[in-house]
Amino acid sequence: MAQSSFIDIITPIMVGPSSSHTAGAVRLGLLARNVYDAKPHKVTFRLYNSYAQTGFGHGTDKGLLAGVLGLAVDDVRIKHVFDLPEAKQIAYEFEYLEDFNRHPNAVDFIFEGDLNMFVAGDSIGAGEVVIRKINEFSVKFTGKFNTLLLVYRDVPGMISRVTKLIQERNINIASLHCDRYAKGEEASMCICLDGELDEKILKLIEGIENLYLVRYVKKLEH
Amino acid sequence: MIEKDINSFEQLFNACKIANVAIYKVAQTREAYLSEKTEDEVRQIVKKSLDAMKEAIKTGLNSNELSLSGMCGADCERLQNRFKKKNAVFGKTFEKITTYALATSEENLRMGKIVACPTAGSCGIVPSVLIAISEDFNITEEKQINALIIAGEVGRIISNKVALAGAVAGCQAECGVASAMSAGAAAYLLGGSTRQILNAVALAMKNLLGLTCDPVCGLVEIPCVKRNPFLAVHAITAVELALADIESKIPLDEIIDALEQTGKLMSPTLKESSQAGLAKTKTAIALENKLFKK
Repeated sequence: MAQSSFIDIITPIMVGPSSSHTAGAVRLGLLARNVYDAKPHKVTFRLYNSYAQTGFGHGTDKGLLAGVLGLAVDDVRIKHVFDLPEAKQIAYEFEYLEDFNRHPNAVDFIFEGDLNMFVAGDSIGAGEVVIRKINEFSVKFTGKFNTLLLVYRDVPGMISRVTKLIQERNINIASLHCDRYAKGEEASMCICLDGELDEKILKLIEGIENLYLVRYVKKLEH
Repeated sequence: MIEKDINSFEQLFNACKIANVAIYKVAQTREAYLSEKTEDEVRQIVKKSLDAMKEAIKTGLNSNELSLSGMCGADCERLQNRFKKKNAVFGKTFEKITTYALATSEENLRMGKIVACPTAGSCGIVPSVLIAISEDFNITEEKQINALIIAGEVGRIISNKVALAGAVAGCQAECGVASAMSAGAAAYLLGGSTRQILNAVALAMKNLLGLTCDPVCGLVEIPCVKRNPFLAVHAITAVELALADIESKIPLDEIIDALEQTGKLMSPTLKESSQAGLAKTKTAIALENKLFKK
């Protein structure tokens, strides 16, 4: 059995009213922000199912935007996020959809700017979240671990090249998730780590040939 | 040597007995060991939650701002006004427990800062019981932290078997578990032995089995907000019985098995999906039409 923690039961300190629909929304926004890792001109939020139906009363829209703007789950400004100066510097839009193939609390982030990016995730309960998709690639990370995300050309040896660098730093890999579009075309790698990557190793990883995108998404503090 | 591998209440009880220490000590030692922190660091995290609980009560007692939906938010003020004019039949501590629970719960729905304990919808129960009793019985902060650790440990062991989410097992797993956690904390604060503390948890939990999650309009408001003071007071009944050495005939671990089974058998329409129960009453449907009309 995975070892549970009593601290999880008496935290987080958060802005209400719902761990899945408010805190979870903020955390999804924070992760999407870190994946995008740039200042967008515009963000479109697509809320699905329960998020679409009850999001209004739970402040889900506010939570998602707050996360994208970098506010933490316990930031009391979330309530008035639409009035914040940060919110006025970007364009944003909310769409409300039904799709029963998606999780009840699913959301898409469509970032437009110097880089365009699609990020999708689910709020799976008790404030826990999962990012499921980046552009056309399926990924899986929760913000509980420091995570390395790579999009690269599908060539032999890529996984071992990356994991060797991590191994040399004596960092344990908690999970590894790979996906590809088609043989020889774009592929993705999502590595959740027990330790931390420093600037030096990130530089080395960035130096690997055939990489299109490298993101190091730090674990969420709350 | 304190046992670290604890996944049931029987194991917890035995660990306390063998090492001859209190529940909070076993729990904090285990937590420190597994999270690679010192026990003092663990207690600091607990203190942060405790402080945030007190802050939420303070803020909530002074607000009557309505929720985003406009359905709830002014009841704590009403209750305080009554107690200003007339003492509660059950005394000062009862007044505090009920008002603190409402204050926290209402603070949650107006997007204020609260501690999910174990969840946001049940956030008023543990703080109201723990803090009201601590104030009225002059309990030191150190002991309050111990009590919150006990509450957390009770929730943790239950969560090993049942996810603490209305969507998984109904309200019995949210407000119900919060009430059981509170009973454990309060029994400790009032001088209960390890056996009495776990009996208080058992009695509180046993009497909430089957509680469904049928929120009106799918929002954490009706019946969630008022359920908080109800189940906070429920915990006190369990504590009084347990401190009188009245034992639950069904052992606590078996009650948790029953909780899990009841959650599995509960219709999905009554598990946070708002498809039955209170959520589909005539008035609830009218509220829904009013709230979600385009």
